[in-house]
Amino acid sequence: MTFTVTQSADVSIVEVDGQLIVSNRQELKQKVLDQLEKGTRKVLVDFARTSYIDSSGLGVLVSLAKRMRELGGDLRLANLNDDLQTLFELTKLDTLFQISESRERALESF
Amino acid sequence: MEAAPALEDLDIRIPSDVQYIADIVDQVVRRCAAAQFPRRQLALNVPVALTEALSNAILRGNREVVSRVVHVRARMEADRLVLEVRDEGEGFDLDACTEDPAREGNLVREDGRGLFLMRSLMDHVERYSDGGNVVRLTLRRA
Repeated sequence: MTFTVTQSADVSIVEVDGQLIVSNRQELKQKVLDQLEKGTRKVLVDFARTSYIDSSGLGVLVSLAKRMRELGGDLRLANLNDDLQTLFELTKLDTLFQISESRERALESF
Repeated sequence: MEAAPALEDLDIRIPSDVQYIADIVDQVVRRCAAAQFPRRQLALNVPVALTEALSNAILRGNREVVSRVVHVRARMEADRLVLEVRDEGEGFDLDACTEDPAREGNLVREDGRGLFLMRSLMDHVERYSDGGNVVRLTLRRA
């Protein structure tokens, strides 16, 4: 379970490797908040290497998206596999987030 | 290809600490894989629903008091997985506490999706008391 942050122009990309669940959600939250503190207003969370997400993980994404909008920024998602896509559809969160099928498409969308 | 040998039922007690969740989930998923559950159930239904049950037991049932125990049992019954997660809490009303994500206002909430996911991803979810608070999850192999 690791979160790797890289930069592409003015977008901070956070890669979620492993699970995003109750036991590590605060770590993701802090990584993104650190980027906001540095002035970043565009964040992409890349789930290409993510195994599963629980409701706490979904909740932290909702919380971060809200915070970013308050600051005039945007948090977007990319690379959900079929199982993760189902999770977002079940919870209707596919209607809340802008989700791209690849990192490249997500970066173009900002 | 030879089928993996069936694994013994899981019967384990853990302290109320969320750091134990991933390992328990991994142990249960390995049992389901050995019982020929399909990839989607191994990657989605089992890990997410069990994580929700364990998380509820630790955070809500036992209020994250580490000395309080969560008792987890996982067994295969013919073509189905039966999971029981017991905490030391007073229990809750499953129907009353399950939130519909489609209900107005719920989409932007940070919490409130756990029971909904558990019930969406399992064939059957029950809650009962037997000296502790037990959530039983049942999933038939697809």
